[in-house]
Amino acid sequence: MTTPALRLRPGAGRQLHGGPVTFVVLAVAAIVSLFPLYWTVVAASTSNNRITRTPPPLVPGANLAHNLKEAYTQVHMGTALVNTFFVAGSVALATVLFATLAGFAFAKLRFKGRSLLLMLVIGTMMVPPQLGVVPLFMLMGDLGWSNQLQAVVLPTLVSAFGVFFMRQYLAEALPTELIEAARVDGAHSLRIFWHVVLPVARPAMAVLGMLTFVQSWNDLFWPMIVLNGDNPTVQVALSELGQGYVPDRSVIMAGALLGTLPLLLVFVVLGRQIVGGIMQGAVKG
Amino acid sequence: MAAPALTDTHDAPAPVPQAPPGRTRRSLSDWLDRTAAPYAYVTPFFAVFAAFGLYPLLYTGWISLHRVELQTPDRREWVGLGNYTEMLVDDRFWNALWNTFTIGVISTVPQLLMALGLAHLLNYKLRGSAFFRVAVLTPHATSVAAGTLVFSLMFGRDFGMINWLLDLVGVHPVDWESGHWTSQIAIGSIVTWRWTGYNALVYLAAMQSVPTDLYEASAIDGASRWQQFRKVTIPSLRPTILFTVVVSTIGATQLFGEPLLFGGTAGARGGTDGQYQTLGVLLYQQGWALFHFGRAAAIAWAMFLILILIAAVNALVSRRLRRA
Repeated sequence: MTTPALRLRPGAGRQLHGGPVTFVVLAVAAIVSLFPLYWTVVAASTSNNRITRTPPPLVPGANLAHNLKEAYTQVHMGTALVNTFFVAGSVALATVLFATLAGFAFAKLRFKGRSLLLMLVIGTMMVPPQLGVVPLFMLMGDLGWSNQLQAVVLPTLVSAFGVFFMRQYLAEALPTELIEAARVDGAHSLRIFWHVVLPVARPAMAVLGMLTFVQSWNDLFWPMIVLNGDNPTVQVALSELGQGYVPDRSVIMAGALLGTLPLLLVFVVLGRQIVGGIMQGAVKG
Repeated sequence: MAAPALTDTHDAPAPVPQAPPGRTRRSLSDWLDRTAAPYAYVTPFFAVFAAFGLYPLLYTGWISLHRVELQTPDRREWVGLGNYTEMLVDDRFWNALWNTFTIGVISTVPQLLMALGLAHLLNYKLRGSAFFRVAVLTPHATSVAAGTLVFSLMFGRDFGMINWLLDLVGVHPVDWESGHWTSQIAIGSIVTWRWTGYNALVYLAAMQSVPTDLYEASAIDGASRWQQFRKVTIPSLRPTILFTVVVSTIGATQLFGEPLLFGGTAGARGGTDGQYQTLGVLLYQQGWALFHFGRAAAIAWAMFLILILIAAVNALVSRRLRRA
């Protein structure tokens, strides 16, 4: 039997120690997960000649700078990186703001039709944006927004997952008494949002912001339709590279590396927080 | 607050704050704040969804009843269900539908099984477990485009890493891209690589919230670790497993980037024989390579119907689960 103190934390008492087999299997999983990324670096730093020889290269070569430069110039990678930072950054900011507002309302404010509206939010997750691309494309053409970044940003300003995520978090983390106390002091709900909700919501907002940023950074279908090669996002530029505009494979890999590196750096720094955030969202979702 | 005596009567009046006379302005804005403000806070979500989610979806249905070309989107010719009847006798549609299904199975079933096993192992107390969790999640930070470019190089016929490894153990080189099943397996492995770790973490989170008592009780009954896994862990995880199955199925229905980029220059054809063309790729090809907006819209609605079907099955299964 575990002690009563331990039993308050579900699952904690059951954590058994893993044996060497566990360790080896996990190590293999880690290698399989990381090897393609390592090999991206290897391929990006060798030459087309070296890649097309057996056995394939397993250690980095000396051509990294040259290949990066090639990839950078061949497909407007510089523009693509700036564009993608702008798109993913504004999408993440807007999603977090709107999701926190709506999550606050769904978690802590009483209004008619609240649970019905929340059901609707969850239901919209079943409608992937892919299904509406034809009229969206025509709409953007009519607005004169084809090949402009707002055409990518605007449709993704909100996310149903985000609203649900923030609602679940605030329902638990935000004490209702805090809100009532602020009300008694005469604060209006927007003031309460600013001074009471935001400080409490900050950790969940950070996680949601990161997840949204990653997702927006990696989005391919819609950007590919509405943008062209002159004003691409990173993924659009990468798909141009991949579809044969550049014959040199090590340059293609350098492009892939360039487009992935910013996210990988975030991952190296904040990996544990991201893992924690996904698990938190999972338990509550 | 004045504590009332501990009476248990139901007719004790609730303390209703009465606005003192002379402060009606204040209470009006207070009333507005309580009744209208919540709607204002959820409006941005619904407004954006209506404009960029619902409206395009419905409009897609309307367009699917017309002949519309990319170059002249304003010229529409009513064809009724023509795009649908054409689609239903088009081999490419059935090919793409079937490919979407088989690639979906290849990429989802092993992925979720492995994720379950990984989560079980990650749940052990272990040195470096934090590292392992981050490591298996890292592929998820890689984009579909970057991941597919690397994998299509590794699955290369002549110089690919995988054929080289197969050669080391005496297996003849495989022409991954041009074969029907081999190309689908390769594409499935890209999806599996990107998503297994993510789903493992979702399962792990669910495992950690299984009440300890269940394990203790089963341990007292003499259950082995494997029996515990089968009789305690899996049943407790059922809602989570259903959730991941639904999410993966929705993702598989829309699969696009991997099959588009896997073949390099083959692009929207999905391989020289369309051996890995999915519905998402076919939609793109019809709309933006062949310029038939009406047909693309019909495919989109076919995908929408499939998703509704999935949602209905999901609702049925989860109701059954809840009753069980």
